[in-house]
Amino acid sequence: MQPILDIKNLKVYYHTSQGPVKAVEDVSFSLEPGERMGLVGESGSGKSTIALALMKAHKYPANIESGDIIVDSINIVDLNEEEMRKTRLNNISMIPQGAMNSLNPVKKIKPQVIDALTDHGVKLRDKQEKFLSELMESVGLSKDVLKLYPHELSGGMKQRVCIAISISMKPKVIIADEPTSALDVIVQRQVMETLYEVQEQLGAACILIGHDMGLMAQFADKIGIMYAGKMVEFGSVSDIFKNPQHPYTRLLIDSLPDTSGKRDLIGIPGIPPSLLNLADGCSFCLRIGKKNTKEVPWVKVTAGHFIQKCPTCIDYGLRKKATTKRTRK
Amino acid sequence: MLTFNKSYSILFGKFMSWDYVIKRFLLFLAVIFVAVTINFIIPRLRDTNPIEERLYQLAAQGGVNVSKIKELTAIYEAKYGLDKSVGEQYLNYWNDIFHLDFGWTIADRTPVINEIMRAVPWTIGLLSVATLIAFVVGTVFGALLAWPKTGNFVKYFVPLLMTLSAIPYYLLGIVFIYLFAINWGVLPTAGAFGFGVKPGWTLEMITSVMWHAIMPAASIVLTSIGFWGLGMRGMMITTMGEDYMKFAEYKGLKDWRVFLSYGVRNAMLPQVTGLAISLGTILAGSVLVEVIFAYPGLGNLLYRAITSNDYFLLQGIILFIIVSLGFSLFLIDLVYPLVDPRINLEGGENG
Repeated sequence: MQPILDIKNLKVYYHTSQGPVKAVEDVSFSLEPGERMGLVGESGSGKSTIALALMKAHKYPANIESGDIIVDSINIVDLNEEEMRKTRLNNISMIPQGAMNSLNPVKKIKPQVIDALTDHGVKLRDKQEKFLSELMESVGLSKDVLKLYPHELSGGMKQRVCIAISISMKPKVIIADEPTSALDVIVQRQVMETLYEVQEQLGAACILIGHDMGLMAQFADKIGIMYAGKMVEFGSVSDIFKNPQHPYTRLLIDSLPDTSGKRDLIGIPGIPPSLLNLADGCSFCLRIGKKNTKEVPWVKVTAGHFIQKCPTCIDYGLRKKATTKRTRK
Repeated sequence: MLTFNKSYSILFGKFMSWDYVIKRFLLFLAVIFVAVTINFIIPRLRDTNPIEERLYQLAAQGGVNVSKIKELTAIYEAKYGLDKSVGEQYLNYWNDIFHLDFGWTIADRTPVINEIMRAVPWTIGLLSVATLIAFVVGTVFGALLAWPKTGNFVKYFVPLLMTLSAIPYYLLGIVFIYLFAINWGVLPTAGAFGFGVKPGWTLEMITSVMWHAIMPAASIVLTSIGFWGLGMRGMMITTMGEDYMKFAEYKGLKDWRVFLSYGVRNAMLPQVTGLAISLGTILAGSVLVEVIFAYPGLGNLLYRAITSNDYFLLQGIILFIIVSLGFSLFLIDLVYPLVDPRINLEGGENG
């Protein structure tokens, strides 16, 4: 199938006075309609920068240096501001991170849904009431919510309203940047189910950004692991969880608490390197005290499973994992 | 509990309950009660007798026979009701206030209320227009300064304009008089309208009033734009970082809509409170401008009352100012829930 979202060699740099911060370095992946992808990584690994670049909502000093972002066979990197404005919500939409504060506090919900449609030239006229109540129903809300102010809603309801607004133009790609980070686990589950349903219904491709590996495993079909601005591994959920190839992925999965038996919690040693004036080569080697300044190739493991294969650190997690298993009591 | 018809409840919607309105009104009444009482007490704390003092002043000018001053004082005290007990005077004072009777000016022997009422329209006319212009211009400029897509002209021109707010408005007024009235002679130096213009709703009168108001208004506007502008810029910068501004962008809204109904609409909430307080204090806050431009407003009257020791006039003006400030704060309490729906009807906040 033709991919609906195709990102090729995307580079996004923040130009600071001390030099460029390479927040996203040479990231490529593609999604077919209806596919769900999880984008995982530590804070500062470039996940949210990818999301902003996809919306072209990145702000100075961030800049898309090179690469293509092709949404529905249009390269949005080339669009001017007004064209991009029309593309937002219409072709690609973003569910925001801060569910609690993402709605205008002094306006009722209804005008906040309508204004987005109006600014995209949609005139509903007499179909408006029906459209709105169906839209609210699709995210599990009553149409009475339209008459309320954001402060009269709970956090989960607010996030549902945000989802409703995000899908109101039936976008081809939905980006959800930690959509449930401000919610408790019960509401988190409900909101994720809602997101899942509307995404299935629309047949839109969806990128879910977050740290929560458990949530990713349940929601996504594919997972991309970000580390220090680069995508170090990309594959299906079973590839990533059952057969992780990159040492960082392995450590990430090992760091999940295990419910089957007691063992010591394992963290990932070191801290991520500064992205400012980052040296060439493998940035994971820097973290574990090794060095490889050669360019790390993007290697295919099996069909649809890729890693950044660095010969110096490729075995790093393996030995560690073996020793932890032995020490388990 | 009282019941009210439906049209009323639609007007106020869910913003306001009667409890809220009544509570605020009672607060307003309490402010007035305290103000009236203090206004009554303070002049009586002085150990000088205002009538005697005035008579001695007149005597010094040769208008009164000094030997009869004691008798005259007694006559006037009886006339002004100052011979009665303090409690009785206090009740009389309230009675007079209910009849809008603030006594007579000592200088001209005209009713104080007449003097005040003659001055008030000029002050309200000049200052409310000037305050509103400064508020609108300052707020818009302040918002534009914080908006990243604003053109360079505004970015460089407005801060220059804002430096004017470092100059006191009376000083700017004097500079204006020197430049425009004396040096270039394009604008009138003083007064509210030209000599020989017959007061009334005629075109000649209206243009004359406008012409005379330009300089005093401009000196107020130019020096207070910075106040509004800097406040708004700060609020707007805070608002720009809010999540709903980001989401508004992700929604693909037009720039002007993000700017106005998401940015400015939220950033100006504190400005509205500031505007209400400013409008409440305009009756008092204009003394220097009115004196410099010889504008026949309340500020000028207040100045005259102070310099001529006209206690009754002074008391009347101060009471008037306090009541008008209290009333405008009462009004803003009623209007604010319409501006910010998070201020809730019961007077609390639940945002």
